[in-house]
Amino acid sequence: MEDAPRRTPLFGIPIDGGGWIFLAVVIAVTIAVPVLNLATEPGSAFHVPTYLVPLLGKYLCYALLAVAVDLVWGYCGILSLGHGAFFALGGYAMGMYLMREIGPRGVYGNANLPDFMVFLNWKELPWFWYGFDIFPFAMLMVLLVPGVLALVFGWLAFRSRVTGVYLSIITQALTFALMLAFFRNNMGFGGNNGLTDFKDILGFNLQSDETRAALFIASGIALALGYLVCRYIVTSKLGRVVAAIRDAESRTRFLGYRVEHYKLFVFVVSAVLAGIAGALYVPQVGIINPSEFSPANSIEIVVWVALGGRGTLFGAALGAVLVNYGKSYFTGAFPDLWLFILGGLFIFVTLFMPKGVVGSIREGLAGGRGLISRKRDEAPSPGAFAGSPGE
Amino acid sequence: MKRAAFLLLLALAVLVPRPSFAQDIEAAINALGQGSFNERTSAANALAQTGDQRAVPVLKALGDRELYLRKADNKVFIGRTVSGTVTLIDPVTGKEAGVSTGGDIEGVKVNNALRRTIEALLGGLTLLSSDPAVRRDAATAMFNQPDPEALGTLDAAIAKETDPAIKAKMDEARAAAVLKSSRPDAEKIAAVKILGARGDQASLSLLQNLEASAQGDLKAAAAEAIEDVSGALALWNNVQNLWYGISLGSVLLLAAIGLAITFGVMGVINMAHGEMVMIGAYTTFFVQELFRAHAPEAFDYSLFVALPAAFAVAGLVGIAMERGIIRFLYGRPLETLLATWGISLMLQQTVRSLFGPSNREVGTPSWMSGTVEITNGLTLTSNRIAIVVFTAIVFIALMLVMRFTRFGLQMRAVTQNRPMANSVGIRSGWVDAMTFGLGSAIAGVAGVALSQIDNVSPNLGQSYIIDSFLVVVFGGVGNLWGTLVGAMSLGILNKFLEPWAGAVLGKILILVMVILFIQRRPRGLFALKGRSVEA
Amino acid sequence: MEPATGKIVPNETLLYLDGVSVSFDGFKALNNLSLYVTAGEMRAIIGPNGAGKTTMMDVITGKTRPDTGEVLFRGAIDLTQRDEADIARLGIGRKFQKPTVFEGHTVFENLELALKSPRGIFDTLFAKLKGEQAARIAETLQIIGLAADQGRPAGALSHGQKQWLEIGMLLIQEPDLLLVDEPVAGMTDAETERTAELLRHIAQTRSVVVVEHDMEFVRALGVRVTVLHEGSVLSEGSLDKVQNDQKVIEVYLGR
Repeated sequence: MEDAPRRTPLFGIPIDGGGWIFLAVVIAVTIAVPVLNLATEPGSAFHVPTYLVPLLGKYLCYALLAVAVDLVWGYCGILSLGHGAFFALGGYAMGMYLMREIGPRGVYGNANLPDFMVFLNWKELPWFWYGFDIFPFAMLMVLLVPGVLALVFGWLAFRSRVTGVYLSIITQALTFALMLAFFRNNMGFGGNNGLTDFKDILGFNLQSDETRAALFIASGIALALGYLVCRYIVTSKLGRVVAAIRDAESRTRFLGYRVEHYKLFVFVVSAVLAGIAGALYVPQVGIINPSEFSPANSIEIVVWVALGGRGTLFGAALGAVLVNYGKSYFTGAFPDLWLFILGGLFIFVTLFMPKGVVGSIREGLAGGRGLISRKRDEAPSPGAFAGSPGE
Repeated sequence: MKRAAFLLLLALAVLVPRPSFAQDIEAAINALGQGSFNERTSAANALAQTGDQRAVPVLKALGDRELYLRKADNKVFIGRTVSGTVTLIDPVTGKEAGVSTGGDIEGVKVNNALRRTIEALLGGLTLLSSDPAVRRDAATAMFNQPDPEALGTLDAAIAKETDPAIKAKMDEARAAAVLKSSRPDAEKIAAVKILGARGDQASLSLLQNLEASAQGDLKAAAAEAIEDVSGALALWNNVQNLWYGISLGSVLLLAAIGLAITFGVMGVINMAHGEMVMIGAYTTFFVQELFRAHAPEAFDYSLFVALPAAFAVAGLVGIAMERGIIRFLYGRPLETLLATWGISLMLQQTVRSLFGPSNREVGTPSWMSGTVEITNGLTLTSNRIAIVVFTAIVFIALMLVMRFTRFGLQMRAVTQNRPMANSVGIRSGWVDAMTFGLGSAIAGVAGVALSQIDNVSPNLGQSYIIDSFLVVVFGGVGNLWGTLVGAMSLGILNKFLEPWAGAVLGKILILVMVILFIQRRPRGLFALKGRSVEA
Repeated sequence: MEPATGKIVPNETLLYLDGVSVSFDGFKALNNLSLYVTAGEMRAIIGPNGAGKTTMMDVITGKTRPDTGEVLFRGAIDLTQRDEADIARLGIGRKFQKPTVFEGHTVFENLELALKSPRGIFDTLFAKLKGEQAARIAETLQIIGLAADQGRPAGALSHGQKQWLEIGMLLIQEPDLLLVDEPVAGMTDAETERTAELLRHIAQTRSVVVVEHDMEFVRALGVRVTVLHEGSVLSEGSLDKVQNDQKVIEVYLGR
């Protein structure tokens, strides 16, 4: 209310200053990177080398994943340590389409079976692979598989009021169980090798610069749209209910809101966004394997969000890019140091920067202007995360 | 005891048939050296018929191709070959009878048929040995290779056997042989009963073979016995699974019990708990390296040094963590979770830098290797037994500390009502540090035990952390008994699921079950009820 | 003052508890408690610590399931079969002992969340504040005296203001029955007086059950009083009658 003038709406969605900057940067990058890659000569000073396009595209997918995690953690207080599972499931759905797209061009030249099934002496395609040769069906599965899993899991968990660290632990157990399952050869998803050796998508060669540019643009658009969807949700009345649940769950319940439905809604939306991120990620990195399900991956997503600033959406995206850039740099230059840095980041952020980069900057700005009032979508004081407050 | 053994030997010496003439056995032995395989088979049989124990080494030597014929006089000797020269030993007297370089002797040949006969004959012969252990082994061997031909020998041996345990084994061997023979059905039915009473996998397959070919009463008796045996086997199978379950449960309990203190009692989510276990395991490795370098003869005792060392090292690391980081995050469980995860990454990398990324070899002391046989088919490995016992000791010790020491009292006071504890003069900060240190130290001690059954690598802790949390949450937070029951039920459930679901799928099923269970009872098996819980 | 046993609920009875027992690990928090509140009535519940006051509120609002006993609302609705959200939607509002407002939300948003309106996900996802709803919020802001603070985060309010905001949230929720737990604990005298006035205002149009320790406050409300002790009703009647009840005196002073 009080800061309404500072929010300029886009399609009726109120966007704050940071949000506009974020959208502008995403759109600029989405246009600039493919253009500078395709339209300039390799020797030019403005040229974006081809190897960078999928790498940056990967960052965009991670950023979308971080936005999805921020929606549940930052706004609803659900610390999911299993979001990597939804990301990976979206990725596997896309990977299955890409495997079917290989057709008879595999090592064994079998048009009906992916190579790994031929290798395992399977005679026919398992039923759950049916339809994945059809792109729209596969895309539907990208949305449905993570969404339905989140719906079932969330329904069970929220209905029985599993909250706080208990929820975190069982989400971690969920992704761990999925990892073990996908490592099994007879699950029919390629065992520990996963799905790889993709050739093309919708008939376009995955190795070509143009396809890569298109995937990059798709990732940029998905990130911008994902941000807008989340922004719409958190600024709607539903967003205020969700934040109320985060801050005082029982109180919200006594106001007549069915808390489990609200949690389920944001959890499912978040899982679907994570699935989309995974689906865009796989064709750009060229592989999906069960290690994507590892609990360590999921918990790493959380530190992106924490570093960037939870409860800010674009801060989460920023955190994803920062941490992953750091990872790319350090694992190349000082591989032994990376885990120290990542581990130190977890400790530093929780101890000294609980609001993350964006939260701290905002606080700095607010302090500078002498403003005391808090924005309504800002992260609450850390204590509010302890679970439902006592009554 | 000695006197009894002496009397027994004396009795055996009288009972074992003595050859009337040395020439008989000598002739029988020499007969082995000539003729066709068939003739030599008969000769071997004849030799065994003498019942003379001196036939045993001869037949063994024949089977091992260590029997030689001296061409000069067609006498047969046992030969021991040492670097190209053969020392000949007179089989009758057991004395050396010269050395040969090979030209004047030739090896007595055997074929497979003859070798099988020899084995059966040896079984029969050794049944009459004066050494009970040899007789027992012989009876076991004959049970495994039932031979109707040996029935006579068996009957003779059974008649003379005085040790009831060995006699029972001989009866079983006889029964097995009877089933293969052409004896009348009545006798076979008696044999079926004996095998049914034995009730192991081997008797089951013998009985199943019989049932397939038999008719009438015999078939019915066999079927009945098969049912009994299958039932008994299923029971033993369950006992075995139960043991494996308890063994796995102990491992889970060891890994989780420190967490039951830090998470269950203090409410601190320590994601670096697994790394405390890992530190304990690496301390074991380090202590053992010291032993290997300085006191290899005392290596068997290295674990007794490693235990206090791991307790101290992991405990100190835990106290440092609590004072340095965790105490600033009390009341913020999700932040604690993230910060301790960060610590766990750093600890892993530290160990990786110090000891390298690959598995390190931790030795098992001799008293922990080997197996203990409880009964037919149920053998327990010593290291598993040691771990179960060790876990029980740790658990009981911890219970005693919590219940009967001043520190335990202060710990419970602080966790129940911190301001009140402060006001009665307990330094709650000190108690927090000590409690966290204790939980970590126990994790370190668990690491010593787990180093005996698992790979010691920087990732060791990671493989236990999720299981440990599930155990604590499943059992009910804040309750050591709950942790015990939680660990044992998950361990046993896992081992009973494994046979039909496979190891990985079994584990997945467990995870799914625990997830569902937590949803039904969000506060675990042994949950406290009431308003105080929700505050 | 036990209500007549049997299943028939008098027409004017809004809330009806009969033979309700709750135990936690062997401790009987409520022991065969029977109580009814008629429509439009204001009732004060007093009792020493552990008498079962808060547990009674928990049972009525669906937070705790009773082991035995009946809890009926508006004659026929069995509250023991419903959850908190359901019961709130039926028209039972609850104010907690500790003021619980949404501290990260503004005063205005707190009222907006409490405003009687559809509570479904998609209702809120696409909700637009209508003119009459805004007017209702403005009116409530006036009643609770926080119109000037509507844009401030609720966390920045004083203790008394938070209490009033919470009462305002209950008002705007338009419940038929309001349960209020120790509304004046920790308040200044002026604040206490203002709160009593607010509650009397509310009670004009709906039933109110107030749990309170402060006898002056109960006297200021001037309503029928029920004394709870060890999970059951010890005495009921006017404050004067109750204060002279020998059993009550024993419980409060005798030990």
